[in-house]
Amino acid sequence: MSKQEETPIYDAVRQYIENRIVSFDVPGHKQGKGHKALIDAFGKQCVSMDLNSSKPLDNLTHPTGAIRRAEELAAEAFRAEHAFFMLNGTTAAVQNMIFYCCGKGDKIILPRNVHKSVINAMVICGAEPVYINPGVNPELGISLGMSVEDIKNAIRENPSAKAVFVNNPTYYGVCSNLKEIVKVAHSAGMLVIVDEAHGTHFYFGEDMPLSAMDAGADISAISVHKTGGSLTQSSMLLIGDKVDAEAMRQTINLTQTTSGSYLLMISLDIARKNLFLNGKEIFKKVSAFAEYARAEINKIGGFKAFSSEIINGDTAFAFDKTKLSIHTRAMGLAGIEVYDLLRDEFGIQIEFGDIGNILAIISVGDRELEIERLLGALSEIYRRFRKKPMNMLEHEYIEPILVTSPQKAFYAAKRTFPIEKCAGRVSAELIMAYPPGIPILAPGELITNEIIEYVRYAKEKGCAMMGTRDITMKNIETLEE
Amino acid sequence: MELWYTENHTDDIKFSIRVNKQIYSEKSEFQRIDIFDSEEFGRFLTLDGLMMLTEKDEFIYHDMIVHVPLATNPNINNVLVIGGGDGGTVRELTRYPSIKSIDMVEIDKMVVDACVKYIPQTASKLSDPRVTLFYEDGLKFVRNKVEKYDLIIVDSTDPFGPGEGLFTKEFYGNCFKALTEDGILVNQHECPYYTDFARSMKSAHKKIRDFFPIARVYQAHIPTYPSGHWLFGFASKKKDPIKDFNPIVWHDFNLKTKYYNTDLHLGCFALPNYVKELLESVAVE
Repeated sequence: MSKQEETPIYDAVRQYIENRIVSFDVPGHKQGKGHKALIDAFGKQCVSMDLNSSKPLDNLTHPTGAIRRAEELAAEAFRAEHAFFMLNGTTAAVQNMIFYCCGKGDKIILPRNVHKSVINAMVICGAEPVYINPGVNPELGISLGMSVEDIKNAIRENPSAKAVFVNNPTYYGVCSNLKEIVKVAHSAGMLVIVDEAHGTHFYFGEDMPLSAMDAGADISAISVHKTGGSLTQSSMLLIGDKVDAEAMRQTINLTQTTSGSYLLMISLDIARKNLFLNGKEIFKKVSAFAEYARAEINKIGGFKAFSSEIINGDTAFAFDKTKLSIHTRAMGLAGIEVYDLLRDEFGIQIEFGDIGNILAIISVGDRELEIERLLGALSEIYRRFRKKPMNMLEHEYIEPILVTSPQKAFYAAKRTFPIEKCAGRVSAELIMAYPPGIPILAPGELITNEIIEYVRYAKEKGCAMMGTRDITMKNIETLEE
Repeated sequence: MELWYTENHTDDIKFSIRVNKQIYSEKSEFQRIDIFDSEEFGRFLTLDGLMMLTEKDEFIYHDMIVHVPLATNPNINNVLVIGGGDGGTVRELTRYPSIKSIDMVEIDKMVVDACVKYIPQTASKLSDPRVTLFYEDGLKFVRNKVEKYDLIIVDSTDPFGPGEGLFTKEFYGNCFKALTEDGILVNQHECPYYTDFARSMKSAHKKIRDFFPIARVYQAHIPTYPSGHWLFGFASKKKDPIKDFNPIVWHDFNLKTKYYNTDLHLGCFALPNYVKELLESVAVE
């Protein structure tokens, strides 16, 4: 039996239950005995595995037994020096990468199309962003990866920066030239930290873009629950040999829960085993589904399901073919409108729709039937709802103008203004269109007319605007002076 | 020794037939296929344990799913059958010399092969020269067809298995697109009596109504289907199954049928009150 067939946490929990340990510890539902409604909702099996750290079950904050073993197996499966199980979501994994590298006032080089968790991390730790404009595909209106040349310039201008942050891939499936970025950053003494929230499968599939660990990057945040089959909120953080594992653990323990959920940990354990043993086959099937769907969608007309043809050798160095990203503008519908139609008319929920595109996630759990339903629904949307291509905003990337650090802006004295009167003021808030959850405005940035117009347009098209104190997004908190 | 086939019609209702012999049992990529011999119903086919047809009562279902639309529009030339792997629907269609082509799309080739071998009563006409068999997903097949068929018959399993895609809005919309301007869509429409089936029936009716100006439901009495009371959906772009029905033209075909007749054609659209109420409740939603 290969070591990877083991599931140490799952085995320890089953053993614990078989031993019929009498519990005078938390959780108070005592394997559901005291709370029938929990059992009715989740099932006995599930509730009985919701246990507390103890000697036989190990402890997430200081693992020496089953959890350590499971993390070692995960490290081996992901070809990392060490793997940490993260139970506060990939948000926490991303933030801990930044906390490890940056203290107050330290600079970090990063693309603007980062997840909001990155900006929030800077608010917490006081790091200062050096943004790199991501490349833009003007035809599709999507932001791409970073150009190696831009990174070289940013490093030259900011030699004291601690780290370079890379999305691998972006939400749309676009990868930067990670190997070259690692080379450039390492020779300047900077760490490379990678948001691989959408890249779990890079470690197991064939013919995939290069993974962070294989590219020699230093830290990576892996959202195993997204495409790897574990339960929502379970995630991993991987490190390479330049990172001190014990120091990383200390950083993680600053914010990680001390009541780690065994359900989440077991799901990571089982997902890792499955990915290692069956990943190659699973992602072959997923890629084939996506390729088939792309070919069929492009036959419908109006939609453009894009793929590796957008590769340009630099800002789009590689493309994740398992992503089904579809441009909708040529049929006169915003991505968010198609997203809403799919859900409301056809009962199909996709990952996101933004101004010009939709993204469908295809994964372990899909069958031909669902793919055909999606295709059938898209062809119906084309037949029944298409409009003349209309005025759409040029592209969705707006270059930020930084006035002060995210942390200073977040904690500064503030005044609230109606959004249309905010031009020229400095935002104290994070604003984004959700989906896809990438910031339009971060704390400390200048509010321009272009941003105000973008927000108006995105709202009109039905994107949920999030991040502001005012949930209707009519008002923005700005710095007092 | 007694051997019984049992199907749960609901969690609390069982339907059983004493079996003389199991003829066939295989698992395909999509479902489990079984064929049995019985005293009361002759040979019968089940998919995932659910009754599809018996030799003794299949005439009811196949008469009603075929002759009602053909008597409404005797000029039907091109027909698409989705599902119907047992061949019974195609067999009835081939009795019309006026039909020029029959495309049958069945997702599971193993069902067809098993029926050709073991149930010739229904499958014997699949070799008719007008019939073309496609082994693929029905939703997929119909997606690319535009104004090609005068009649689409959806002869599917229940919407909780491989047949699921055939009860969706995208499927009915794609069928609308694939039908000619006189086009008719007939589908097996579940049973109105038991709650779960009635829910599927209502949901299908609602989706069909959204596309087709004429959307009616008719009924038949099928002893081996849950509750014995089964519905069919009749949807069409123009032809009304009552107003446009001409019994004389159909009698000219000179077909001998065991269940269908032209009086029944009119009668089968007359529904019990509780079924009418179920259907009307959809209109309000």
